[in-house]
Amino acid sequence: MLKYLFAKEDDIPQGSAAIFFAVSSIAWFIIGTGLGSFNAAKLAFPDMFHGLYALQFGHMRQVHVHAVIFGWIAMAFAASMMYITPALGNTKLWSEKLGVWNCLLYNIGLCLALALLWSGITSGREYSDHIWPIDLYIAFIMVIPWCVNVWMTILNRRTQGIYTTNWFFAGSMLMLVIVFLIGNMPEFLHLTGLNEAYMTWWFAHNVLGLLITPVAAAITYYIVPKITGNPLYSHRVGHLHFWSIVVFYSTPAAHHLMSSPLPEWLKSFASVEGVLILVPAVAYVCNLLLTMQGRWAMFVENIEIKFTITGVLLAIPLNMQGGFQQTRAINWYIHGTGWIVAHAHLALLGFSTFAEAAAVYYGMQVLLRRKLWSASLANFHFWMLLIGFSLYWVSMTISGLIQGAAKIYEVPYVDVVIAEHPYMIVRWLGGTMVFFGNITWLYNMIMTARAGDPVPVGRQPAEVAYTR
Amino acid sequence: MAFREYRIGCIMFGIALSLSMFITVILPGLDISSRSSTKAALEKQLTYGWETGFNYYDPFLQGKDKPIKVTLTKDPATGAAIDKTDAYVFPAGTHFPSGLTHDNILGDAVQKASVDLGKVGLADETKGGVFVVSSTANDTPYIEYATATKGWNVDATLKAADEQFLAGSGKTMFVREGCWWCHTLLPEQTQDWQSFGRPPLVGDFNGESPTTFGSDRKAPDLLHVGSRNSSREWMVMHFFNPRLVQPHSIMPRYDYLWGDVDIDGKPIDLAAWDEHYLEYAEGAHVYPPEVPIPAADSEARMLIDFVLNLK
Repeated sequence: MLKYLFAKEDDIPQGSAAIFFAVSSIAWFIIGTGLGSFNAAKLAFPDMFHGLYALQFGHMRQVHVHAVIFGWIAMAFAASMMYITPALGNTKLWSEKLGVWNCLLYNIGLCLALALLWSGITSGREYSDHIWPIDLYIAFIMVIPWCVNVWMTILNRRTQGIYTTNWFFAGSMLMLVIVFLIGNMPEFLHLTGLNEAYMTWWFAHNVLGLLITPVAAAITYYIVPKITGNPLYSHRVGHLHFWSIVVFYSTPAAHHLMSSPLPEWLKSFASVEGVLILVPAVAYVCNLLLTMQGRWAMFVENIEIKFTITGVLLAIPLNMQGGFQQTRAINWYIHGTGWIVAHAHLALLGFSTFAEAAAVYYGMQVLLRRKLWSASLANFHFWMLLIGFSLYWVSMTISGLIQGAAKIYEVPYVDVVIAEHPYMIVRWLGGTMVFFGNITWLYNMIMTARAGDPVPVGRQPAEVAYTR
Repeated sequence: MAFREYRIGCIMFGIALSLSMFITVILPGLDISSRSSTKAALEKQLTYGWETGFNYYDPFLQGKDKPIKVTLTKDPATGAAIDKTDAYVFPAGTHFPSGLTHDNILGDAVQKASVDLGKVGLADETKGGVFVVSSTANDTPYIEYATATKGWNVDATLKAADEQFLAGSGKTMFVREGCWWCHTLLPEQTQDWQSFGRPPLVGDFNGESPTTFGSDRKAPDLLHVGSRNSSREWMVMHFFNPRLVQPHSIMPRYDYLWGDVDIDGKPIDLAAWDEHYLEYAEGAHVYPPEVPIPAADSEARMLIDFVLNLK
């Protein structure tokens, strides 16, 4: 890949940037989930790695979070955008060279950012932990060149209209830049007090709601019609999804701080807007599941559809939790407990990871023009991910309910820790399954690039999946 | 953008997002910024100084550029006995918290009292100084620049102090070591107060950065922990190896914050300690090995000071 850094634009094969991003994202997924499993082990058995002072829990916890968000999720998004946007515009990526440079500088920046967090150099703000020089690097070197590539590809499209997926890509990237720069204002301008606390969660909410959720949804809007051959059930419902994301998803940030001393009007407003998140959620899930009409066999037979639709189905509990758990009636019970940890993993490891994994599987096959090396290994990966995630989700939900009950009954905290112990072990087990599943995925992808059967010109990988 | 609909769509998008930003950023910002500081907020600002996360003056989060909190029972200037008083010593060059350098942080009444009665306008970062938190007759808290009002200078105050708390540097350790990933600093407004004490008020945070509320509670809330447990001996054992005082704790050991030597200058050998501890855990010894007392300038001491100061 590095040989293309100084090549002429015309000499760089189409899809190079997407492949570079895709392979990087899988590597970061392995690193991120490996760290997650490592951290989870310490929550079950605190002295397990005693003596490894360089890898203290308080330092590695945020490295795990940022490795999966910036490494896996965001880079898988970049990979998807770099091949889906031109495909939907019937054109080439605006600049492969920019894309390749973008990916290289992205990886370098991420290594630097994680190394700083690892050594404890942090802003002390959850999800915006990076220090402000790194924030500026992320915004101007990692994100804006990526945006420019996506926007210019859409502007230079050779189709009349813009398909749903591309509005989401373009709009989300614009919102990401705005959210990232405004959300880090406390660091740039040294805002203090509740403003700082509120802006921290404003950022955390919006980076999930205006980047991760809509882009993951946009990917499924592409993958499902493309692979099943069915047209999207309804573009109008797609419009409803897009506009309700912009209007409703960008407003409930304060519902992350329902039990803190924020102004009451702000908490009430956020709570009502939070329930309205169900509008885009229901529109989206219905639209995708109805697109599957008559093609449900592919949910079993086709690996990309299996991943995508699992992601869409996981969006149902995700949004039902998300819509209601932030209301005052429920929030006081589960706030700050393992329930929320489970919910966050349902969003990132459930819904969005399954959608992105599908996009990376499909993109690698299309761009390399090679059939997946092993369908069995891909199925193994799917089940490791799904079972591992489920163990994690169920165990953390239960441990959250234990913590919630302990709030009412004023149990000494150590009894909560004792009661949670078995669930901490299950959580570790689940995370470890995801980690090992991802290693087989990387192996499968490397073998696909080296030894996968070529896909004939004009055919889709899905059409030849079972031919030898 | 070929279609008229796309132009209209872009405009609608801009309007929708701007409105959303106005409601969720500008309005809350105006409301929160208009809230007056409580006494707790003034104490926190004077304890933690300017900024606790990454900043120019302490880029590696070593606890630099922080004030020292002291307790006094005699007047540093005259030597006369006084009621027990907390004073906040800013050695020359220590950066002041936002409340002292910006006039829009404390709230109007508090700001006015701090300037008129507390003489904070005379304070100068390059010279340092000593501050206390006082109240007016109608209970408005304000910051008093004791160097100007009482003649307490930095050296005399440190000398006259009964106790010194490096709580500001300790908060740096709290942020750097990620304590707040498990311990919240936010008793919730619903059920929590029975176990963890009074939830904070809206004006308790003015000028503090970062607030480190924490979100994912895996351990007790610490906002008032110093009121529940004020034993330094317990804290020393607990930070060195939590299992010494709480066998079921899942907290990591923070023995590496002790540094190379203990308070008597004796070298600390963590590996040897651990070996002895494992033998004890297997029943070979009746007592666990002795926990070294942290040196006066050790990071462990800073962190313990911070926790004990959370009243």
